Amino acid sequence: MTMNTGAQSRHTNGAVTWLFRNHIWLFLGLAIAIFSLASPYFLTVNNISNVLTQGAFIGILAVGMTLVMIDGEIDLSVGAILALSTALAIGLQEQIGVWPAVLAGLLSGAALGFFNGVITAFSGMHSFIVTLGALIGIRGLVFIYTGEDALMVQDFSYTEYAEIYLGPVSVTALTFFVLALFFQWVLTSTRHGRETFAIGDNIEAAHDAGINIKRHKIINFSICGTMAAVAGILLSMRLGTAEPNAGKIWELWTIIAVVLGGTRLTGGFGSMWKTIGGVMTLAVLRNGLRLLNTPNYVELMVMGAVLILALLLDRVLSSQTEAR
Amino acid sequence: MSNQTPILTVNEVTKTFPGVVALNEVSFDIRPGEVHALVGENGAGKSTLMKVLAGLYKADAGEIIHQGKPVDIASPLDARHQGILLIHQELSLSPELSVAENIFLGAWPTNRFGVLRKSKLNKDAQSALTALGADFGPSVRLGTLSIAKQQMVEIARANAFEANVVIFDEPTASLTDTEKDLLFATIRNLRDRGVGIVYISHKMDEIFDLTDRITVLRDGQVQGTVKTEESDVGQITQMMIGRELDAFFHRAKSTLGSEVLRVEGLMNTRHFRDVSFSVRQGEVLGLYGLVGAGRSELVETIFGVRTMEAGEIYWQGQPTGRLTPRKATDLGMALVPESRKEQGLVLGQGGRANISLPHPNMFSRATVMNVASEMRVFDTYKKQLDIKTTGPEQALSDLSGGNQQKFVLAKWLCADPKLIILDEPTRGIDIGSKSAIHELIAGLAENGLAVIVISSEMPEVLGVSHRILTMSEGRMVGQFSGVEMTEKNLIEAVSHCADDVLTPV
Amino acid sequence: MKSTNLISGLKKSGLLVAFVVFLGAVSLTSDAFLSVGNILDVLRQVSITGMIAIGTTFVVITGRLDLSVGSMLTLLTVLLVDQHNQVGPLLAIVLTLAAAIALGAFNGLLVGYLKLNALIVTLAMLSFLQGLTLLYSGGSNVNIPNAQTTWFRFFGRSDMFGIPVPVLLFLGVGAIAAFVLTRTVFGRQVYAVGGNETASNFSGVSSARTVFWAYILSALATGFAAIILGSRVMGAQNTIGQGYELTVLAGIILGGTSMLGGSGSVWRTVLGIAMLGFIQNGLLLMGFPYYVQWLVTWVVIIIAVWIDLAGKRGRVLA
Repeated sequence: MTMNTGAQSRHTNGAVTWLFRNHIWLFLGLAIAIFSLASPYFLTVNNISNVLTQGAFIGILAVGMTLVMIDGEIDLSVGAILALSTALAIGLQEQIGVWPAVLAGLLSGAALGFFNGVITAFSGMHSFIVTLGALIGIRGLVFIYTGEDALMVQDFSYTEYAEIYLGPVSVTALTFFVLALFFQWVLTSTRHGRETFAIGDNIEAAHDAGINIKRHKIINFSICGTMAAVAGILLSMRLGTAEPNAGKIWELWTIIAVVLGGTRLTGGFGSMWKTIGGVMTLAVLRNGLRLLNTPNYVELMVMGAVLILALLLDRVLSSQTEAR
Repeated sequence: MSNQTPILTVNEVTKTFPGVVALNEVSFDIRPGEVHALVGENGAGKSTLMKVLAGLYKADAGEIIHQGKPVDIASPLDARHQGILLIHQELSLSPELSVAENIFLGAWPTNRFGVLRKSKLNKDAQSALTALGADFGPSVRLGTLSIAKQQMVEIARANAFEANVVIFDEPTASLTDTEKDLLFATIRNLRDRGVGIVYISHKMDEIFDLTDRITVLRDGQVQGTVKTEESDVGQITQMMIGRELDAFFHRAKSTLGSEVLRVEGLMNTRHFRDVSFSVRQGEVLGLYGLVGAGRSELVETIFGVRTMEAGEIYWQGQPTGRLTPRKATDLGMALVPESRKEQGLVLGQGGRANISLPHPNMFSRATVMNVASEMRVFDTYKKQLDIKTTGPEQALSDLSGGNQQKFVLAKWLCADPKLIILDEPTRGIDIGSKSAIHELIAGLAENGLAVIVISSEMPEVLGVSHRILTMSEGRMVGQFSGVEMTEKNLIEAVSHCADDVLTPV
Repeated sequence: MKSTNLISGLKKSGLLVAFVVFLGAVSLTSDAFLSVGNILDVLRQVSITGMIAIGTTFVVITGRLDLSVGSMLTLLTVLLVDQHNQVGPLLAIVLTLAAAIALGAFNGLLVGYLKLNALIVTLAMLSFLQGLTLLYSGGSNVNIPNAQTTWFRFFGRSDMFGIPVPVLLFLGVGAIAAFVLTRTVFGRQVYAVGGNETASNFSGVSSARTVFWAYILSALATGFAAIILGSRVMGAQNTIGQGYELTVLAGIILGGTSMLGGSGSVWRTVLGIAMLGFIQNGLLLMGFPYYVQWLVTWVVIIIAVWIDLAGKRGRVLA
């Protein structure tokens, strides 16, 4: 029990509170500043366009992951789902045509996501275990379908879709932003989105209010699977090939991006804006380090260190803001 | 503005749990537009009655009549649909959502596609808020509001769902004076609109300030219902307690020895400050106070679970510095915590493993556990404390509250502590085991242990203690011994807010 | 109640029963499957993963995770092999184990004492250690030139009493770990912290310290695994340990240790890892390509954990 001895004098300095809750933008700003100073090639239109496109793949995965995390869950299988949709989108083209194959890829993602959601919601198993199994098993499905060699698209005009640009922004990057903005709107303005927050924030209150928790979780996992499939399709358009090992480790980078952005693993807190921030920061860091010709290891070590620092920062900040 | 026809009538409701009759043919009614207090000591049945009304428990016998019709309240959602709203201390709200979203949680207006109709939501929420006189708007994020204001949001749900009965359970536990005034204004507002209000509290001054009628529960039975204006604290207290204390409780006949523990100026800013007291061998020191007074936090700080920010602790005359539970245990302290499920036991394990947990050295040789000695101690205490369990490996989660508590005791007693602190040792335990624990406490003191007992049950604390300290809102507000230990003195000591006003932060 | 007895019986031995059935089914299609030689072969193949899993079991019982073990294995193996050529096998081993302990201590500090989220911390370490490996090796692979003559070959390439040394090490370390977990003070504390961290702290057990040491054990086990791996391969590429963390976790989960903490055992982990090994081996013997085992693993995990949960229904927080 707290001893409230007067009107709760929370630091209602709006700007400070906002920064506490959205510290990723500080990181991003810092990263951009550092690399602009360090390399003359960084702030060129061409490079920015690259950053946006490179980040977009993890970004699309992160959109789905954010939804699932706000719900208090996690999805480790996004990388594998991505690989399967890539494989189907390319592999089925000969049999059923380009766009039906793409559709099949999308549907596979939705179906696998749905499956993950159903198992998690109805068995009571922790989503970590469910999606860990899926991560392993879906990769098996991919290999079973493609064999050990990559599939190649027959008609290379398929890869021209990836070449579509709106000014400096590629269709991939555009898809990322559109999806992120759309789902941000879902999170703030639809019943599904707001109830997702309620479930992650205080599950007993949500339950007592009669909210259908299982349904929301299944929907979010299905969306997450579909997002992974979208990323997979875009990847297939970019590369023209479907590697059975595509997307390996990507789920980890996705989690890193989302958590870096400030969305909490425990649920009930987060936003697509934060995720955009986290994804972009990640992309800027990787791009910047590459521009500076730093050896591979620097990127990996910096990522690890930044993530831990972000955790520490989040710990310090959240103990200062709300009196929970 | 109160109508004579009750909106809710409880008719001879009975509810039993294994070993204890929580409600025994309880009858009372609530009228629209009245504030009806429900008082009684801890364990009297208030919380059970309230949970039955709110749909969390089902009555075993008797009926509930709501708006003239007998009803069956199957769940909290059901209760809410019928218009019965329970506001308890763990607010059932979502801090990340807005005020409006919280008020209408589960019933948001949307269009065909599931898009929230925000303007309607905010408008409806605003009317509920205005009706309560709230000074904040519907689109504010709930987490930014103080606890008192969050409470108002919960109350606003009453308006939003057109509740006709609202039950408040100890609503002022964490509020300041100003916030209390706000709450009372809100309650009066609800009352004026014809809502029937049940107000559960220990605080006499609040009850006499706010309510129209008072019903007193004791040991699961209604002792009587009186009009507030026709009654006084004395009468109510008498109805709450009115039993011969000595028959039930055992006060240790021990000789007091030297000082075992002394604390001076102890402080943990968020919970208590400036606490000083001492306790001697053979003495049973009672610590009485209302929920929220800071007693548990105090003993947790002494034991080292919480950080001591200021003050000194002396063990047998020597200063100890800040303690950790390990150091405290090694010195000879023991703490039987308030929540046996969360703090006292590892419920997934059996009695044997739980008993040895705090005392690795006692039960091991060169870090290898000596299972035989664990078994011996297990058997000893199983007999001594008369614990009902199938064996040393039976998961403690299977046992009754009373038997679980006995294991908590066993785990500390087996190391022969010199001081044992018991935090609400008989809460939620049946009468038979309660009595056994009181006897045990007396026995410990008679054997030379210093004992501190925290209790919110007045008869208990009066019955077992040699001396009683009272705490209120983080301060030590009184000390009574001998003939001074009376219900009246205790109630008086804690009912008012501490006289020296705590300076606002 | 009959049904709970059946379920709890199934839970305890259901895995075993299903496993035995699986073994039976495969042995029908292949004579070689249940031969001693094949069994030893399977055990040898899983000895590295199994060794790591033995250590990680301690972490999981406290309710945490360790995703860094794969990268740790890579780093330690590269370090070991490289130092073998520079300061000789004995010193190299000592150095590697010391490094393992240091890494484990770092994890333990962040997760145990600073109470940061285990998933994220060990994920971050996964990345960091991978980078550290590249830094150390300069991007090139390392090899042991005197593979035939160095006594270092003992760990990965020799037999003793007809049993491959890796298997002996795996089971031997397993036995020691099982002893620590079930018979020592520390082992009790691991279970207590996992079962109820608050109550453990109230009882004088420092949960921070217990978690700290659990991570050290996980890293130390990874160090042992590096010794076996390095000795077997007599070299190390920069990606040699990639993906091990997943198999380790899958094995622990299959064995029935709960991710929530408070229960489980080393032998369950050994069983889980062995099962994975036999699934792989059985499927290969039946003529399936190696990746089919992943699909089977997925199905088995879901079934196994679901049965496990059904047995605990009522006590599961969900």
